[in-house]
Amino acid sequence: MVQTKKKKSRGPKPVSVRDERWLHFYRQMVKIRLFEEEVNQLYLGAKMPGLAHLYIGEEAIAVGVCEALRQTDYITSTHRGHGHCIAKGATLDRMFSELLGKAAGYCRGKGGSMHIADQESGNLGANAIVGGSAGIATGAAMSARMRGTDQVAVCFFGDGALGQGLLYEAMNMAALWKLPVIYVCENNLYNEYTHYSETTAGRVSARAEAFDILTESIDGQDVKVVHTAALKCVAQARRGAGPSFILCNTYRFHGHHVGDIDRAYYRSKSEEEQWKSRRDPLKLLADWLKKNKMADAKALQAVENDISTEIKAAVNFALNAPYPEPEEVTQHVYA
Amino acid sequence: MAAKTQDTAVSEAKVREITFAQAINEALAEEMRRDPTVFIIGEDVAEAGTPFKVLSGLVKEFGTNRVIDSPISEAGIAGIGVGAAMTGMRPIVDIMFGDFLTLTMDQLVNQAAKIRYMSGGKLKVPLVLRTTLGAARRSAAQHSQSLHAWVSHIPGLKVVLPATPSDAKGLLKSAIRDDNPVVFFEDKMMYQLRGSVPAEEYTIPLGVADIKRTGTDITLVATSSMVQVALEAAGSLHEADISAEVIDVRTTVPLDKDTLIGSVRKTSRAIVIDEGYESYGVTAEIASVIAEGAFYYLDAPVRRMGAMDVPVPFSPVLEDQTVPTAEKVAELALGLCKNR
Repeated sequence: MVQTKKKKSRGPKPVSVRDERWLHFYRQMVKIRLFEEEVNQLYLGAKMPGLAHLYIGEEAIAVGVCEALRQTDYITSTHRGHGHCIAKGATLDRMFSELLGKAAGYCRGKGGSMHIADQESGNLGANAIVGGSAGIATGAAMSARMRGTDQVAVCFFGDGALGQGLLYEAMNMAALWKLPVIYVCENNLYNEYTHYSETTAGRVSARAEAFDILTESIDGQDVKVVHTAALKCVAQARRGAGPSFILCNTYRFHGHHVGDIDRAYYRSKSEEEQWKSRRDPLKLLADWLKKNKMADAKALQAVENDISTEIKAAVNFALNAPYPEPEEVTQHVYA
Repeated sequence: MAAKTQDTAVSEAKVREITFAQAINEALAEEMRRDPTVFIIGEDVAEAGTPFKVLSGLVKEFGTNRVIDSPISEAGIAGIGVGAAMTGMRPIVDIMFGDFLTLTMDQLVNQAAKIRYMSGGKLKVPLVLRTTLGAARRSAAQHSQSLHAWVSHIPGLKVVLPATPSDAKGLLKSAIRDDNPVVFFEDKMMYQLRGSVPAEEYTIPLGVADIKRTGTDITLVATSSMVQVALEAAGSLHEADISAEVIDVRTTVPLDKDTLIGSVRKTSRAIVIDEGYESYGVTAEIASVIAEGAFYYLDAPVRRMGAMDVPVPFSPVLEDQTVPTAEKVAELALGLCKNR
């Protein structure tokens, strides 16, 4: 889990989260952004095998939600999951190692980009079946209650998962049994290469409302908004008042995966430029921090420099780390 | 080579006759008493005790928090089971008919079976999915299949097919204590079968076949519903002076290859009998294990008998043709033993 500072400072304006915590949010978002940019480079440099689905543009959601959680709370993630893993507390060296198929990776190189799981930070795993973790997150929430803890579970999924029946089976049971689970829908507008409006009838939030689940439809680019909604939903879950659904409206800055370069047939360059220039979650937070005098340009640059150094060290660690021994192929099939 | 059943030795006085259904019920109750993390979730499992009444009385002892009636959402309850298993519970997911396994397949195949491996050995999924198999109940094509080959194909799952009340109890207790996802198949026609079951605590390890009858001329390898068929065939073969050995594999995963190969090396002939569809099924896998391991000892080709490759029909005169019978097994065995 992310480090929280012991000493809390007082900012010029009272806000729900203390100032240096907002700067910490910024740090986490920068970490995801720079991690993903490095992943892109690794992939383009043919150093990374397989697929990479970048989270760039959606950072405010992972950070805004995970900052409302405890280390012992659970998340389930998606094929576009690097941001969730980092926000829940994964370390970059072991993340890069996993992406490169190295033994030092979170899954000893057996999972890769789409299956990072980190039990210690409560990450039950990224899932490459769209909507595939809806049952798992709901089951983790049920387990938390049966074991008498106040843990909660967050199920991250995209607009593509709205087409999967499992999601509605799970939401129905979560609502019936008031399970402590928060369904976080990251609507980045595209099911792979198809605009969600071509695949999704009716209002998205109405689907959760039909189960009488608390539903928040929010701007997923503003980390403050996301965090506020997450705090409310997590508090409700913790006090046993049942599940919730946060519909985060967001945008995938890159393609479906790094190889998805030619996108003109499903979305325009101008649409992409508008989101990048006006709705970049990092820029929105940076501007707000500066405007409210919680951080100046120098402080923000210092954050970026710090993270950049951390990324370099982490990627070097991974590039130099050994691959698993060939004998490991038959290990871990059974417990 | 022959494996013995691992039942702890018990005095004759303490062996009782109970039904297969009662044996399952006892195993569940004992494990739920022993371990508070064990719970049951499924359709009509609580007050109804399932349509087969196998779970009758459990909700009275353990309450609705541990015997949970779910909506008709097989994929959903399988997924909830996986998530609960990953986070410290030992769920038992009840899937009423084996035909409905198809609805749980993503959760079983892409999630439960792979989570341990994909996480590099960090996560585990101690889940039991109980379901049924078997035709001959006049239930037609969507309530009669034996789909255990589907899950036996997937690395990461264990698959259990008990054929007697005592095996059912001992194997189910082991399945519940196992740290892996286990799919446990019960033959619907066998629920009222009576048999000796020790009164004392015992378990039977997964992966150990049981020689249900010893013989020297031919090995009849059978699973679940076909074990009784094989035993009946062995009885009539005895009349014809042919000594048949009957091996109950008990678990297709892990498969006790040594016991199968050892038996056929001794008898030189084998028929594999299973109620799954014959093509691409359990009989094919076991027959090839035998052929590879006992080829130079064989006096006849290894033969297979599965369910006919047709959807299970409703009309009794049609349905009864689709499943191997003791007569057909004995007839085939007689032919194989002609030049004995």
